[in-house]
Amino acid sequence: MSEVIVVTSGKGGVGKTTTTANIGTGLAKLGKKVVMIDTDTGLRNLDVVLGLENRIVYNLVDVVEGNCRLKQAMITDKRCPSLYLLPTAQTRDKSAVTPEQMIKVVEEIKESPEGFDYIILDCPAGIEQGFQNAIAAADRALVVTTPEVSAIRDADRIVGLLDAHGLKDHEDLIVNRIRMDMVNRGEMMSINDVNDILQLNVIGAVPDDENIVVATNKGQPLVGDDSLAGQAYMNICRRIIGEEVPFLDLNGKGGFFKKLSSIFKSDKKN
Amino acid sequence: MSLLDLFKKKGSSDVAKDRLKLLLVSDRANCSPEVMEMIKNDIIKVISKYMVIDAEGLDIQITSTESDGNNGSVPAIYANIPIKDMRNSDK
Repeated sequence: MSEVIVVTSGKGGVGKTTTTANIGTGLAKLGKKVVMIDTDTGLRNLDVVLGLENRIVYNLVDVVEGNCRLKQAMITDKRCPSLYLLPTAQTRDKSAVTPEQMIKVVEEIKESPEGFDYIILDCPAGIEQGFQNAIAAADRALVVTTPEVSAIRDADRIVGLLDAHGLKDHEDLIVNRIRMDMVNRGEMMSINDVNDILQLNVIGAVPDDENIVVATNKGQPLVGDDSLAGQAYMNICRRIIGEEVPFLDLNGKGGFFKKLSSIFKSDKKN
Repeated sequence: MSLLDLFKKKGSSDVAKDRLKLLLVSDRANCSPEVMEMIKNDIIKVISKYMVIDAEGLDIQITSTESDGNNGSVPAIYANIPIKDMRNSDK
């Protein structure tokens, strides 16, 4: 049975699509069969982050409207044969799909004979129809935030809406774009602080890494490579499949602050 | 508290944390600034019956407090009301 995971955040620009691309690719690298669905109709980007933009023929809206079969709209990733993308339409808007239609598409993927392990939904920013479509079929949510007041506030609002949708206790937090140099100077909230405020299980923390920009430029998710962000994403994937993985030291370079941060890390894991 | 806090002077991250904590409590309580203003005015009216207070210096916020009942924090109204004169006998 496939598990349906929605990647959401409320605020835009915190890294939902990058997170979706890396987690989907990472799970496929761990041997899972994965379908990623872009639900950001009108502003699709998951295809570009994955480097699959030239392979799109049909999309989610075509499937919903019956212009093609589901299989025709699913694109196989060029690097990972067990990874599929179902893109959405770029020239339509969010009202082109309803939550009921979304549930139907997800059910069809779940029941397909290939036996997919994970269906990952990339949610648009906001709390309007696109968000409602994305969460309609979800069993579990990954809430992406950054250590900023605005992003955390929006994440809290999203968690309230997810709770009301029946996903309480099926929500995990990803703290994205952490800069340990700033955390160590007391100028950025730490993972601990964010955890404290949102009271949500932190499934992973991803450093602000310039390799992400490089990877997005190339259209190749960096999950699993030896960059800090690549390792952080792979650790999240392992935790999703149920492995116990210790938290990565995001400081990268050794030295004085590394020792200090290991002290506060130990009190975080209570 | 971690060792780090010992030699960390108050940085902007603490400011962010404090602001967020208040913000989230009022977001979750769904209490608009208009309602807060009405509560504030009513408090001034009631207390003024008994003593002279500094209405300008009155500070009212929704925050959270530990509750004994359901082992967690619950929202609470916090009001700081400076008293100018304890006059309550001349009525």
